[in-house]
Amino acid sequence: MPPANINDKFLSVEGVTLQYRADDRLVTATRDVSFGVQPRDRFVLLGPSGSGKSSLLKAMGGFINPVFGRIRLENRVIDGPGPDRMMVFQEFDQLLPWKTVVENVMFPMTVGRRFTRAQARARALELIDTVRLTQFRDAFPHTLSGGMKQRVAIARALAPQPAVLLMDEPFAALDALTRQKMQAELIALWERDPFTLVFVTHSIEEALIVGSRILVLSPHPGQVKAELNAHEFGFDDQGTSAFVAQARRIHDLLFASDGGPHAG
Amino acid sequence: MLDDVTTAPRPEFVYAELSVADPGNVSRRLTIRERILDNATARRAMVVLALALAWELYARYVGIDLLFPTFSETIAALWTAIVHGPLLARLGISLEVLLMGYAAGVLLAGMLTALAISTRIGGDILSAATAMLTPLPAIALLPLAMLWFGLGMKSIVFIITHSVLWPVAVNTYSGFQSVSETQKMAGRNVGLRGLRYVTQLLIPAAFPSILAGLRIGWAFAWRTLIAAEMVFGVASRSGGLGWFILQSKNELETATVFAGLLVILLMGLLIDGLVFRTIERRTIQRWGMQR
Repeated sequence: MPPANINDKFLSVEGVTLQYRADDRLVTATRDVSFGVQPRDRFVLLGPSGSGKSSLLKAMGGFINPVFGRIRLENRVIDGPGPDRMMVFQEFDQLLPWKTVVENVMFPMTVGRRFTRAQARARALELIDTVRLTQFRDAFPHTLSGGMKQRVAIARALAPQPAVLLMDEPFAALDALTRQKMQAELIALWERDPFTLVFVTHSIEEALIVGSRILVLSPHPGQVKAELNAHEFGFDDQGTSAFVAQARRIHDLLFASDGGPHAG
Repeated sequence: MLDDVTTAPRPEFVYAELSVADPGNVSRRLTIRERILDNATARRAMVVLALALAWELYARYVGIDLLFPTFSETIAALWTAIVHGPLLARLGISLEVLLMGYAAGVLLAGMLTALAISTRIGGDILSAATAMLTPLPAIALLPLAMLWFGLGMKSIVFIITHSVLWPVAVNTYSGFQSVSETQKMAGRNVGLRGLRYVTQLLIPAAFPSILAGLRIGWAFAWRTLIAAEMVFGVASRSGGLGWFILQSKNELETATVFAGLLVILLMGLLIDGLVFRTIERRTIQRWGMQR
């Protein structure tokens, strides 16, 4: 049952059904999905492939329109992409190769006209310092490593002070060591200056580390299975019994329906 | 057998400090020889020199100036044609016509591609038009052009425009279509729409293809120009380079014919080396879109 006060939420997804065309078929990605995100949440959409978590995120970004239901941000119905909902993608080519690091971070600020050029540049340099890329600010993206590119993408997404930051498996293409470092850095960034985050992942551990609240989705089509708390778990809690127990609980939720490894 | 060996547990160790305190020269500057061999211009110059030498030797071996002048005779004829003859004036006329046709072709290609990406019917029109008209040699349109525009510059500009338009349009369009979905979303995410989306996102993202199209278009323009000038021949009041070559042939100045052809080759090298390579170096190579 979706919570009754869903309309009061900062970002609300209300009975959203998403469909897309694949070749000659119409695929339903999610069916009647409802949830609410509160300000300064680190809200994780967790589910196996086919659970429509990325589609939901793109719908929040305004790239897909729901067939049924609606998505509202601060009581306005989302009807297209905009810099109030900045996205960070998994792919490294989300940075524009013809712009340097600082130009990439300035990009969303110069397109929207809320910042003057000087303001945009000052803010961009500050954000680049925060993600510890000061010495690479005039480098072109192709000279950076994968982790550095994702840090630039995060800085760029935070630059225009969006109402919500949407991250689509941003660390999935990184190696395991870099991924852990990035998770810790993202949380540190949030602790320094809390923002509202919606984060898509298929990793239970990542969901528990990064998230404060986890929406568990079941696949084919994506439906809400559970909404759980994760605010007490941080980067240093991995391996504690409470962390492992919550991870196991989510694992069972995800695999119970299809007779997976731990169903019996 | 590996299984039979009972291995004793090996001792673990952790170094307090790394054994190489001073790692020495991790990078060094390349030697002059390495740098020359790395330089594409230097390598190309060597190829050109070798070809010139082969030409000189073969022409001396054949020994018939009227059919195959030597390289040195050609250079001498080139010098005479530049200093005493009309070569530079002819080249100027050619370049003027060429630039007019090229600019018109690129402009039209831009408009057509803009139409093609903004509407579906525009895309269909462009696909059908390029499929039909790209294989049509520009020179085949010359009779029609003469009928419409008369014997003059206008006709040549018209057919050059035709020869530039289609390759540039088709390359630009396919470049736009192959821009990654993520990059397109990143552009729309920050609020780019309409013309700003095209100029600030699509054009730079598709620049490798666009530049390739501009290059092919330039080569096509040259070919069309020289061919058209040779067909026009005497009829044109102020002939260009093609007319210069044809006239020299009529006067049996074979070395001057070679000199005219050499000018076309040199112009090709010059424009490619100075203009297109410079653009390439400053854009797509700098951006890591091409190695």
